[in-house]
Amino acid sequence: MVGFFVCRGRDTLKIFVNGKDEVAEDGTTVADLIAVKGFNPKTIIIEYNYELVPSESWNGILLKEDDRLEILRFVGGG
Amino acid sequence: MSFYEEIKKYALFDFESFFERIDVRDVRKTIARSRLSERDYLILLSPTAEQCLEEMAQRAHRLTIQHFGRVIFLYTPLYLSNYCVNHCVYCGFQVNNKMERKKLNFSEVDEEARIIAATGLKHILILTGESRKDSPVSYIKECVEVLKKYFTSISIEIYPMDEHEYAELIAAGVDGLTIYQEVYDENIYSELHPAGPKRNYRYRMEAPERACRAGIRTVNVGALLGLNRWRSEAFFTGLHADYLQNRFPDVEVSISPPRMRPHLGGFPPPFAVTDKNLVQYMLAFRLFMPRGGITVSTRERAGLRDHLIKLGATKMSAGSSTSVGGRLDFDSAGQFEISDERSVSEMAMMLYSQGYQPVYKDWQMISEEPP
Amino acid sequence: MEDFLKIGDRELTSRLFLGTGKFSSNKLIPEVVKASGVQVVTVALRRVDTAFEEENIAAYVPGDCILMPNTSGARNAKEAIRIARLARAAGCGNWVKIEVITDNRYLLPDNYETIKATETLSAEGFVVLPYMSPDLMVAKKLIEVGAAAVMPLGSPIGSNRGLRTRELVRILVEEIPLPIVVDAGLGRPSEAAEAMEMGVAAVLVNTAIATANDPVAMARAFSMAVKAGRMAYLSGPGEIVDYARASSPLTGFLRE
Repeated sequence: MVGFFVCRGRDTLKIFVNGKDEVAEDGTTVADLIAVKGFNPKTIIIEYNYELVPSESWNGILLKEDDRLEILRFVGGG
Repeated sequence: MSFYEEIKKYALFDFESFFERIDVRDVRKTIARSRLSERDYLILLSPTAEQCLEEMAQRAHRLTIQHFGRVIFLYTPLYLSNYCVNHCVYCGFQVNNKMERKKLNFSEVDEEARIIAATGLKHILILTGESRKDSPVSYIKECVEVLKKYFTSISIEIYPMDEHEYAELIAAGVDGLTIYQEVYDENIYSELHPAGPKRNYRYRMEAPERACRAGIRTVNVGALLGLNRWRSEAFFTGLHADYLQNRFPDVEVSISPPRMRPHLGGFPPPFAVTDKNLVQYMLAFRLFMPRGGITVSTRERAGLRDHLIKLGATKMSAGSSTSVGGRLDFDSAGQFEISDERSVSEMAMMLYSQGYQPVYKDWQMISEEPP
Repeated sequence: MEDFLKIGDRELTSRLFLGTGKFSSNKLIPEVVKASGVQVVTVALRRVDTAFEEENIAAYVPGDCILMPNTSGARNAKEAIRIARLARAAGCGNWVKIEVITDNRYLLPDNYETIKATETLSAEGFVVLPYMSPDLMVAKKLIEVGAAAVMPLGSPIGSNRGLRTRELVRILVEEIPLPIVVDAGLGRPSEAAEAMEMGVAAVLVNTAIATANDPVAMARAFSMAVKAGRMAYLSGPGEIVDYARASSPLTGFLRE
């Protein structure tokens, strides 16, 4: 039977990064995501599902469906 | 926090040595300041500041006109009852004074109100001795119901009450509270109030705050001058007014500087307060609180009152009687002797002649709440 | 006698706070801090949207400065609270400048939301410095909810228009027992000096320094102006005397 829904495939996840929908491969860690995006881990902070996660833990966090990430950085401001 | 805690901060303050360090230059600088601190106010109350009274007067006069205009509010006291359970050694109504006690019934209140209203006054101050048995809140309330027909502003000068009692009277139509601490020095206070409910210094001191929380529109505080050294009493009265104004910015706050007057059972004032002292107090307060009201009653003689109009006064009584039923020709002793016997129209003429307008009615309460 | 500005549990000797936005290069920041002696430096927290290599501004702020994150970008109390918590968790210490702006034309703060955010964050142990439109009742409310200082604007952010809110700020100085820090709008050192002479506790300057041709020299100029204004305030300036002569004495009767 032909489905009327879009099949996303088993091995991808829908996540939200900085308020936008993104797709990541199953098995991706936070550290992987940062590397793929090309961010310098030393200059950013990450809020993972509304909680700040220290950079040491990024390797151990496996992304799940509907995860919410904010990638933030301190910038100049008054 | 209440003013009771505020005043405690000064428990060990040495006024005399503070005053000794003030020189005329300090006073001159203080007079010119746009906003005075508590300390500045005390500088202006110092003996040294007596040398600068004219400079203080010029500034006080300008500030008063700037904030109040060339007007004096007129009101009159109405004594409802002289039953009293207190032992204030300086008061004509105290319980131990053998005198005929009297309380107006409602038709007498009506009658006296009619006589007062015929003079054009719309502001009235009702007074009783302290007796919850003879003049309970319910009695005051009924009197207010009668008086509402004649007056647009009704103030009370009665025993201190709980917040809910103030709220009850405010709902009935009371909009102003006058309550004097009499003396801010707590030790002297206990000496002068040896017995009776008035012994409770703190309950009395916090009465204005309770009334403000209950929604009163005006409060008037004061120390009875002559019971203690006047400078510190004037200072604490000013601080009390300032405290209330800061805490309750929507309330009109004023002070009275009443000097002791002879009365039945005479108690000579232990401390002298001269005309010059009284003037200095009023001027210092005006510079400290440019928007604060200053009430001058008929305790002061006519000639002096005429001068005080330009020295910061904003409110004066006229056509006064300090006895119960005084306007009904009752033969009853007054709380104290009045010194300015002028009628309301005589006061009005005097004000006009000085370029001032007498104000009889400052507002009209719209009692009904919209649905 | 040492003149300290006490905010939270810190005693500051510098009364100039520095904002770090709009500098042509972050490399200027350490120099500016050094030249002006500032001890409180604000930073903002932003989403990183591109992989374009950027720097972490915090790395440019000398370690002995108090890093004060602002909550810019917040449109309500909830967002401000979230940003403050994140910044603290990221190691910024417990100072925070509350900045809630819903108005993109004038960038004026939303006092109501600011009060709400201040209340929550003070209760969580933050040292809260709310940026506000100078309003006496709001300032009183901010005291009640635990603010450590209040930061009224001098004129709209980045406008360099000076102390346009002079009369309202003066009222805060007179009535509010917390440190008053004029934040936003000061364009020239003379304006900073004027604010300090009035008795404000400190000023926060960003645009005027960051966008000067020589930010380091301008920072030094602001620092000197702030010190001069403070010294003038402490030395008790002569009052403006009214020379008008009275036409007739008012107290003559006392000598009669």
